[in-house]
Formats: sequence, C-alpha cells, structure tokens
Amino acid sequence: MLPTACDTISDIVQNAFESGASEVSLDMARRGNWLEVVVRDNGKGMDEATQRRALDPFWTEPGKHPGRKVGLGLPFLKQAADQCGGSMSLESAPGRGTTVSFRFDESNVDAPPTGDVPAMLVQLMTWPGEGDFAVRREVDGRTYEVRRSELAEALGGLHTGGALSMMNEFFASNEAELEQPI
Amino acid sequence: MAKLTLSDLKKLRDQKTAEMNPRDTANKTAQVIVGMGTCGIAAGAKGTFDAFIAALGEKKLDSVVVRQTGCMGLCHSEPTVEVVAPDMPAVIYGKVDAATARTIVEQHILGKQLVGDHIIDKPSTDILRS
Repeated sequence: MLPTACDTISDIVQNAFESGASEVSLDMARRGNWLEVVVRDNGKGMDEATQRRALDPFWTEPGKHPGRKVGLGLPFLKQAADQCGGSMSLESAPGRGTTVSFRFDESNVDAPPTGDVPAMLVQLMTWPGEGDFAVRREVDGRTYEVRRSELAEALGGLHTGGALSMMNEFFASNEAELEQPI
Repeated sequence: MAKLTLSDLKKLRDQKTAEMNPRDTANKTAQVIVGMGTCGIAAGAKGTFDAFIAALGEKKLDSVVVRQTGCMGLCHSEPTVEVVAPDMPAVIYGKVDAATARTIVEQHILGKQLVGDHIIDKPSTDILRS
C-alpha cells in the first residue's frame, strides 16, 4: 500500500501518461466523507483479459521492466479502496483508452490520509511527455480547473526551479481557497 | 495567500525573470531527476521532489531543471535521484529524503562537492535496455 491517497493518485495518473495518451484528465473531489477520483486517458487501452491481469500484483506489462514480475499500481489501489469501505472500477477498450474511478471513505479509520495535494499536482504537471493533462478539483461544490498547456504558457516552461516554485504557489493558493469554510 | 490566477502567474514570472540571480547562470545546465516509479512514491519520492523545489526556491536557483523518471531499477534504495551538474560527474543518489535533498542542493549543486554517503552509482543492469 502507498502511504497516502495522493501517492495512489500519482501512481494511477502516471500509468495513464505511460499509455501513449494525448490527453489525460484527473477529477479529484471531496464530497462529504468521500474522496472521489476519476482518471481518464485516451491511450492504448486494455482488452478484458489484460484488465483482469492488471489487478494481479504478480503481473506487469510485458517489456515494461524486463526481468521483473510484479506490477503494484492497481493492486495497491484496490487494496486501499477495499480496506476503507470504498470501491474502484476500471473501464477500458483497446485503442480507445482507460478510465479508472475510485472512492475512499475518508471517515473510515483504515482510509489512507489524503496527503499533500499541491505537491502532487506540481509533480503530475511536470511528468515527462507530450500529451496534455487537465485537472479538475472540487471540495463540496467549490471547484477550479487548470490544464498543463495553460500553466506551460503562463510560466514559459514547467521544469526549472523558478517555474516549479511558482506552480507550487499557484496550487497552494487555489487549494487554500477550496478549503475555506463557506 | 490570495488565490493566484493564470494571469497572476504570468505577471509573477515576468517579475522573477527581471530579478534573476546572476550567480544562477552557471547552473543553467544542472538537472535533478527524481525516480517516481511505484517504488519511489512508496518510499516518499514526492516529498523529496517537493523538498528540491523548496530548496532551489530558497537558494534562488531558478534555472536548475527538475525532472522525473520512472523506476531506475534501484527499488532497494528509493527515493533515488540523479544529479547532473556542470563540471561534476553525473551521480545517482539513493535514500534521498527531504533533508538529503536540501544537502544535495547546498553541497552538490552550489558547493560542487559530492554527497558521499548517498552515492549509488548508476542504474541497475537489469533495468537498462540495450
């Protein structure tokens, strides 16, 4: 299991980036006690047999890590969802992409802590790759949205220490606004 | 903190560019690459990544490039970080927590001294593709 919900989200979003997608989206919402997350990509997708094997911790995509026999991303997610009374689902079709949805009951004592959301978003926005990445955040009805292409344009690039510090400030300020009591 | 919009961000960038630290030009080609596979994340690589951003920000090293990669095959020593700095050998450091990240910025990137007790060398041979 990964330590926080944000760690799990990072791992799942990175799978989406690695699928050859030109567009990945993350919708991360807290509604009452529930953390509800949808990660969608338009990458290579998986057939039904591959979807079943993807939940097996002793299977990984052939050729991804030659000589290795474990693939823990989705199994960790399933374990985290199961143990806090949440759920997860996988929808995928070859050539069309994959959608991973899950929800954690954050009031459950066995739910992982949420983790550091701004740090996670900075990390995901700077994952290497050409495709665009859209984030939608919600806390009990309050929302904001931003795309990687918009941040890249505003900051003139995403990878220097200066750009990363400013992006950190952007997400920290937007997250603080979401968490304000109404 | 007031909520920043994308246009605020652009203004902030213009302001920062104007205040660029002249000492930083030497680090234009320095790169920090953080291993962010499942193994890295499980060992706290996101905290490491965040600590590099904070430390570079504090030292006003705005030109140093910070990137991520997947598993480098060194899961036993995560979080792992490759540092490529001018006039220095490319080094992979292991077990880089937030405090070590800070040390790497101060000692390796600014001080041009290797951080000896965290050097791993290079990626494990079973993960390298020919």
